Amino acid sequence: MMPELGKYAGTVLSSYAVSLVLIVLLIVVSVLRSRRIKAELQRIEERQKKNG
Amino acid sequence: MSIWEYANPVKFIRTADVLLPWVTVAAVICLVTGLVWGFFFTPEDFRQGSTVKIIYLHVPAAMMAINAWLMMLIASLIWIVRRHHVSALAARAAAPIGATMTVIGLVTGAIWGQPMWGTWWAWDPRLTVFLILFLFYLGYMALWEAIEDDDTAADLTSILCLVGSVFALLSRYAVQFWNQGLHQGSSVLRAGAVTGVDTTEKVSNVYFMPLLVSGIGFVLLFLALVLLRTQTEIRARRSRALLARERSA
Repeated sequence: MMPELGKYAGTVLSSYAVSLVLIVLLIVVSVLRSRRIKAELQRIEERQKKNG
Repeated sequence: MSIWEYANPVKFIRTADVLLPWVTVAAVICLVTGLVWGFFFTPEDFRQGSTVKIIYLHVPAAMMAINAWLMMLIASLIWIVRRHHVSALAARAAAPIGATMTVIGLVTGAIWGQPMWGTWWAWDPRLTVFLILFLFYLGYMALWEAIEDDDTAADLTSILCLVGSVFALLSRYAVQFWNQGLHQGSSVLRAGAVTGVDTTEKVSNVYFMPLLVSGIGFVLLFLALVLLRTQTEIRARRSRALLARERSA
């Protein structure tokens, strides 16, 4: 299944590894921050509603 | 029905909620198809060997790094002219995505350059303006974090974005006119290269088609992340406003 990359295998694989790690990291950080901020806003709105 | 309706934060969040799953699915399909196609099913280049497979990451990432800044420029101009908070927050949301794309462009370029040019880095004008663009991204994000008042931060970062656009545009067109240094000239989006009229240094369709699919995947990924992150910035801004009101009461 793995294509024959020859003497440049390390070069190609490291490019893909670094890029995919960075993309996944960006997605994970964005999703986690989105969830945290959404929950935080909900908490503040509920507290302010309760306190009038 | 006007585009300015989406300047309403509530309307923007609702619309983004509807669009986000579709854009995300389309991005994943295009990215996986483009990268798998390019990595597993394209031949080696007669000169560059298997390193040609780096093109499916390097070119789309570099293009998105530049286009993200140009999107930030349009959003910043809308903020300066019309004072829509959503546009300023969309620019803020796009910056970390553009910065990440710039890092991918720089790192894959260095890894690709080492066996082809015999060096990881050269102070080639085309590489240098791209590095300066990355520094502008860092400065832009730092400026947003450094200023407490959102409107002041939006004003100052918009000006910085206008200045940085010089380097974004230089990066965009440097591969076409700045024929010095090690980086090759544009061979992907030159009209003749795509239509086949120009026979010198064109990218073969064997490489171009998966590159196109991968490029569309990067654009859709950018769009999905901008929608998600702009929603987050809108909510964060509302949280700050509510807390400020609570403190002053």
